Amino acid sequence: MREIDVQIIKNEVKELFIEMNYEISPDIKSAVTCAIACETSLLAREVLGDLLKNAELATEYRIPMCQDTGMAVVFLEVGQDVSFTGGFIGDAINQGVREAYEEGYMRKSVVSNPLIRVNTKDNTPAIIHYELVPGDQVKLICTAKGFGSENMSRIKMLNPSEGTSGVVDFVVETVHLAGSNPCPPMVIGVGIGGTMEKAAIMAKKALTRDVGQNSDDQVSAELEKLILDKINGLNIGPQGFGGRTTAFAVNINMFPTHIAGLPVAVNINCHASRHREVTL
Amino acid sequence: MNPIRLTTPLTFEAVASLKCGDRVLITGTIYTARDAAHMKMIQELEKGGEIPFPLDGSVIYYAGPTPTRPGNISGAFGPTTSGRMDKMTVPLLEKGLKGMIGKGLRSQEVIDSIIKNRAVYFAAIGGAGALIGQSVKMISVVAYEELGAEAIRKIVVEEFPAIVAIDSTGKCIYDRE
Ligand code: SF4
Repeated sequence: MREIDVQIIKNEVKELFIEMNYEISPDIKSAVTCAIACETSLLAREVLGDLLKNAELATEYRIPMCQDTGMAVVFLEVGQDVSFTGGFIGDAINQGVREAYEEGYMRKSVVSNPLIRVNTKDNTPAIIHYELVPGDQVKLICTAKGFGSENMSRIKMLNPSEGTSGVVDFVVETVHLAGSNPCPPMVIGVGIGGTMEKAAIMAKKALTRDVGQNSDDQVSAELEKLILDKINGLNIGPQGFGGRTTAFAVNINMFPTHIAGLPVAVNINCHASRHREVTL
Repeated sequence: MNPIRLTTPLTFEAVASLKCGDRVLITGTIYTARDAAHMKMIQELEKGGEIPFPLDGSVIYYAGPTPTRPGNISGAFGPTTSGRMDKMTVPLLEKGLKGMIGKGLRSQEVIDSIIKNRAVYFAAIGGAGALIGQSVKMISVVAYEELGAEAIRKIVVEEFPAIVAIDSTGKCIYDRE
C-alpha cells in the first residue's frame, strides 16, 4: 500500500483550478493561433486575436480569462494500491476548490438546491468522478466547466440501426442548435455507447483531452476528423459571426453497449476549455 | 473599418444610425443584470413597482463579474448568454430600455420588440472577460446585493468593445441566409 495524504490532493486541486483560470491551455493557444492563419473573414480574425489578447491580459493583470470561472469537475483515477490518509478524499477535493475560488478571486457560480437556488458562496460542491485503476498512482484531472456551453449539451438514445450516420447527424445537429451561445470556437466531447450515464461521463472526460490529440482508437479517430470537418462547414465561426473555425476539435470516447442501444452524449465546451491534470 | 463611438444614454438618432456588424466602443454608464435580477425586476413591474435604475435610453449588460482583486478596478467582466433573458426582455424594452449587451441569438419576440421600440442589441466577445474588464472604470452595486455576482451593478465604462448584433431594423449578425 502506498499512502498519500489528502492534503497533497487538496493543494494540487487548488493550484490546478487557479492556473487553468488564469493561463490559457497551451493546446488552445496554438489552436487559436492556427485558426487566425486559416480564417478568411476579417471579423473572425479580429475576434480570435482578441482571445489571445485576453489571455495575455489575464496573466499580466492576474484576472481570470473569463468571468464564468466554471463549476469544478474532477476525475480522480485511483490506483487500487493507494491508501488515502489524513481525512476523506472528497472533503479534501472540495476544500481545494473552495480555497482556489476564494484566493483566486474567481466567481462563485454554484447554487445549493437547483430549484431553490441559494448560492453556496464557495463554488462547492465539485462534481467528482472516482475510478479505480491498477497500480499505486493517482491521476487527477480537473476542469472548470462554463455553463454557456454546458447548457448546449445533449444526449440521445439512438436506435442501433441509425449507426454511424445517426451519430454524426446528432452531433452536428447539436452544434448547429448551439450556434453562437457556447462561445465558439468550441471543443466537442462525444461519448458513444455504454449506458445513458456512461455516455455522458465519457463525453465530459473527452473534453479533458488536449486539442489536436486524436483518439488512440482508429474508428474513433476517423470519426473525430469527419465530424470536425462537417462542423467547420456550418459557418457558425468564432462567436457565431461566421467563419471556418466553429470547433477546434471533436474528441470521442467509446464503450461497449447493449444489443438494443446506441447512446450518444454530446458535451460542448467553449474556447476557454480549461483543463489540467497531474499524476501523483 | 474604424469602430463607432457611442455614449450612454443612447439617443434615438444614435441607435437608428447603427448597422448590424458595426464595431462600437461604448462610453458612459451601463447597468448589469442577469437571470435572477431580471426575475426580480419583472416581479417588481408586475406589482406595479419601479426598476431600480433609470430605464430611459439605458443599456443593460448581461453579465456577472468575478470579484475584483485588490488594486484592480474590475475582475473578468464578459457577457453571458442573452437568450436566457428573452422571456423577460420585452417589458423592459416597452419601458424605455434602448440597448442590450450579451452574447448569442435572441428570440423572434425580442427582435420584433427591438424593431418596434427602435432599440439595439450588441454582442460582446464571450470569454474575453479580462479584456472587457479593462474598459470598466467604476463599479457599484445599485440593487439586489444579496444576489452576489448576479446583483444589479452600475458600471462606468470607457470604450467598451462590442459589435452590433441586431440593429433597429431587426437585421441580425447570426443569420446565415
Ligand atoms: S461559455 Fe465558456 S467562454 Fe463563454 S462565458 Fe461561459 S465559460 Fe466563458
